[in-house]
Amino acid sequence: MECIFGLVGDGFALIAADSSAVHSILVHKSNEDKVLVLDSHKLLGVSGEAGDRVQFIEYIQKNVHLYQFRNGIPLNTAAAANFTRGELATALRKNPYFVNILLAGYDKGIGPSLYYIDYIATLHKIDKGAFGYGSYFSLAMMDRYFRSGMSLEEAIDLVDKCIMEIRSRLFVAPPNFVIKIVDQNGAREYAWRESISSD
Amino acid sequence: MKLDTSGLETFVPPSRGLNVLPSDFTASPAFDLPGCTDFDGFQKNAVQMVKPAKGTTTLAFIFKEGVIVAADSRASMGGYISSQTVKKIIEINPYMIGTMAGGAADCQFWHRNLGIKCRLHELANKRRISVTGASKLLANILYSYRGMGLSVGTMIAGWDETGPGLYYVDSEGGRLKGKRFSVGSGSPYAYAVLDSGYRFDLSIEEAAELARRAIYHATFRDGASGGVASVYYVGPDGWKKLSGDDVGELHYKYYPVVTSSVEQEMAEAPVA
Repeated sequence: MECIFGLVGDGFALIAADSSAVHSILVHKSNEDKVLVLDSHKLLGVSGEAGDRVQFIEYIQKNVHLYQFRNGIPLNTAAAANFTRGELATALRKNPYFVNILLAGYDKGIGPSLYYIDYIATLHKIDKGAFGYGSYFSLAMMDRYFRSGMSLEEAIDLVDKCIMEIRSRLFVAPPNFVIKIVDQNGAREYAWRESISSD
Repeated sequence: MKLDTSGLETFVPPSRGLNVLPSDFTASPAFDLPGCTDFDGFQKNAVQMVKPAKGTTTLAFIFKEGVIVAADSRASMGGYISSQTVKKIIEINPYMIGTMAGGAADCQFWHRNLGIKCRLHELANKRRISVTGASKLLANILYSYRGMGLSVGTMIAGWDETGPGLYYVDSEGGRLKGKRFSVGSGSPYAYAVLDSGYRFDLSIEEAAELARRAIYHATFRDGASGGVASVYYVGPDGWKKLSGDDVGELHYKYYPVVTSSVEQEMAEAPVA
């Protein structure tokens, strides 16, 4: 089942997510990228219902781009997080989107940041967070081993710890994960952690 | 509990001068509600029971030469087999085909609708629509009707300017790009055969045989799948139907009858 988690390190933030597309007992796809590169310095990790997930993140991405085209400057991470929360909150009493979101970004002068937005439009600024069944393991793992200002190597080591714990303790563990990071050089894919082939 | 339907009746004023009213005049017209505690759930279940073509096996995969699409041909309504000759592979245009799982009417109608939209795109833009675009047109329509009872599980396969394309689209609004999909109640069986025999560099003949076998094995285990295993191939020159084999005949082709040796024979009881 779905696992998504993220943390803030020294000068960067990262998001890791499983990459399974599941329908009841069937795994239709094991290389579905659930971490969207929102713009040059933002990452959006999303878990939730398949239809809602894609429709909502594409809507958010297109509107963030529209803002940039109209005004010539990009939204900063806090603004994008508040915009996303607002859209989720507006939809909540009409036709809610079933999506849980981690938004990571890097802003000049502010540094890296991570925001927690759940399907009932709660917004939190956090430095570590997780969604889904994997969150029980990854949250505890991060509570124990996370320090503020971790280096990239230390952070990746912690992410691997989380993935290993999920794989060994979660009955419905997904096989493959994707890790993306954002720092002053931009948002990008960092690595895949695959335990089965995904073609 | 009674459901009052008096509001639906056209009111007929009693004729003047006649004072004799029938004894049940004041009783408003009504009918019994089903005797259950969860009426909404009952209605939903009733609709589900009427919906045909629930059980199906369809599959599609991309390989070196293009896309192979295959399906069975059985339609069932609950335990009753309503047809053994259903066309579950729907031809959208000469370069694109869709598969049908879930509600037969929903699939047929929305594929026809997609065909219209693809043709209009072709006329407006002087080029064929991409498989990506076509599948997204369908997914957006299905997403807009989400939760309203549509039942569609389909794969859109075709050949466009970028080469072979394959997408899985369903009525929950999901849309997945992939190399290999199977949809329907028989899909777990089909996946098992498909996954174990799949290679990217299969020849067209090998790929068609793999698809045929996957459908056959699915119909063998899944009671709601059966009839004929149809196999289509989509290449650079559009789709072509390769075969349609009765799965009963396939069974005897794959597993010819072998006369087994007699284990035990009844013998005359010895006279005591």
